[in-house]
Amino acid sequence: MLHETSPLAIGIFAAFVAGVLWLSFRLGRKGQSAQGYYAAHGQVHWAVNGIAFAGDYLSAASFLGICGMIAFHGYDGFLYSIGFLAGWVVALFVIAEPIKELGRFTFADALDARFDSWGIKLAVAISTLVVSVFYLIPQMVGAGSLVTPLLGLPHWVGVILVGVAVTCIVVTAGMVSTTWVQFIKGSLLVLFCGVLTGLILARGLAVNAGREGPVEMTPQVRTLRPDGTVLVDGKPRGPDHDLRPVGTITRLPERYGDARVTGPLGPLAYLAALEDSTVVTWEKTTRTDAEGMHETFTPRERPAAQLLRPGGYFKGLAGNTLAGRLDFASLMLALFCGTASLPHILIRYYTVKDAAAARKSTVVGIAAIGGFYVLTLYLGLGAMTSGALDPTDTNMAAPLLAKSFSETLFAIISAIAFTTVLGTVSGLIMAGSGAVAHDLVENVCGVRMTDHEKVRVGKLAAVALGIVAMALGIVFKGFNVGFLVGWAFNIAASANLPALVMLLFWRRTTKQGIIAAVIVGMLASLGWILLSADTFEKVYGLPGSQAPMPFSQPGLVTIPLGFVVLVVVSLLTPPPSPVRR
Amino acid sequence: MTDRDARQPRTAAPASRLGLALFGLYVLLYGGFITLVLARPDLVAERPFGGVNLAIACGLGLIVAAVLLSVVYMVARAGR
Repeated sequence: MLHETSPLAIGIFAAFVAGVLWLSFRLGRKGQSAQGYYAAHGQVHWAVNGIAFAGDYLSAASFLGICGMIAFHGYDGFLYSIGFLAGWVVALFVIAEPIKELGRFTFADALDARFDSWGIKLAVAISTLVVSVFYLIPQMVGAGSLVTPLLGLPHWVGVILVGVAVTCIVVTAGMVSTTWVQFIKGSLLVLFCGVLTGLILARGLAVNAGREGPVEMTPQVRTLRPDGTVLVDGKPRGPDHDLRPVGTITRLPERYGDARVTGPLGPLAYLAALEDSTVVTWEKTTRTDAEGMHETFTPRERPAAQLLRPGGYFKGLAGNTLAGRLDFASLMLALFCGTASLPHILIRYYTVKDAAAARKSTVVGIAAIGGFYVLTLYLGLGAMTSGALDPTDTNMAAPLLAKSFSETLFAIISAIAFTTVLGTVSGLIMAGSGAVAHDLVENVCGVRMTDHEKVRVGKLAAVALGIVAMALGIVFKGFNVGFLVGWAFNIAASANLPALVMLLFWRRTTKQGIIAAVIVGMLASLGWILLSADTFEKVYGLPGSQAPMPFSQPGLVTIPLGFVVLVVVSLLTPPPSPVRR
Repeated sequence: MTDRDARQPRTAAPASRLGLALFGLYVLLYGGFITLVLARPDLVAERPFGGVNLAIACGLGLIVAAVLLSVVYMVARAGR
């Protein structure tokens, strides 16, 4: 019922993937030198780079994760959109131009530009790998989520499919093919999300998603048995017996009288009408016994206005608890500081010719990304009321919303979502392979390599990272990808931003200060996450109350900690020698 | 030519004063929004803008503000 495959969907999906791979092989000859492989020769046009920024940044977390979070929890998902975009302000006004002038291939190049320090290269290479791996997890999980409804294949097949495709993209032409894949993906994503939003507004709001009769309000039970079989309401799940889709309106605003549909609405009128409507969401409870794990999805009718304000996901805001509020503030700080600290974003600055091009490409990126994040609000709310949601999978809200319009649109949106994963993962693997080949092997280990060997080592590193990404994508199945990417932002902001900002603005910064800030920021944020209530509940399966950390998002503590460590260590060590020019 | 020889200049021009001023302005807007959500969650449920509540209006406003400020910055820097 929820997941039927169609030949059309498979055909469109196959065409997208084949097109992307064809482009990569065609561009392959342009990525044979180190400068070409790692930085696309620094000759990418700023407008292309700007859209490629959008393609790099608008990951599975932005598309699948945020839409799903808004559809399931309301306004709080939109807070991620706000925070993700706000981070670009830091990138444009503070980081863009200086980092273009400082670096060459990797983030470590920039932080080490003044010092030529073995320790900085090592610390930053490790932090690049850690951040990239944490960012890879949600992308691969998102890929796995997509193939089940699209191709009827298990989660792990989707993960392997993305892993192999991305490794091919990166290995064929490095940053050249990665740039064009990201450009195509960024363009298609914004364009088709705009189309989908237009369809949502044209359809307006409808009681019971336009179906006849009252909204079905009986609970549904899914039982996962130890032998791997699945029961729905006590009977084996099959093509004719599955969970029914959820997420509907039960009552429109009074001004519509007895009408069951509003008809087409403008962007603001849509929000206002929804605010006065009543919707059905559902609550999930879990119970385990000898038969297996029983998940009960119970419909709950409530005013939509409750979902259009903060507190649906960040329960601490609604409950007004100190820990909950700190958790929220911490996440918003990490999102703000994290973007300009993500290695796979920063290396895109090396693909344009100068600082002016870096600045202009960032502005193009902000316009495209900002436009997309406005659309996420409508996509999420449209999914919430589409009557098409799978209550077991938050990541499928946007594709299933498209399915509520047509099978063709579902196929296109799913294929774009898959390309979304390809674009972001290729950027992450590029950042990771540069950290391994350029920073660790060449600069830290001191292995002298020819230009050709540098490219070969980078490609080998890309293959290894691809395998790691596939393994993690399978292990973390079932997590909301937006939630997972919050971890990567926290680690990036805590490990990288203090060093980057202080290097640019405080002349007394020493190499020891940078090394200490990167290591302490990375370990502190990583340790905090591993000991947080969220990780206890969602990863270890333990009660969150047993977690030692007072709130789950570490940024509020670990980002300032990075700054403090850098200042203290810098003051305790000899000042740097005069700057070499 | 070695990597070291080929490396870009070892210092970078600091971010412009205009950039830092616009950054400061955005920090005030973003920080103000977070503070409002934390301090007065009841207030963001108010609907002063044609039926759209303050939480959504502020969120959309922050996104539009980021785009506008970045365009202002690009235009201002283009003339230099």
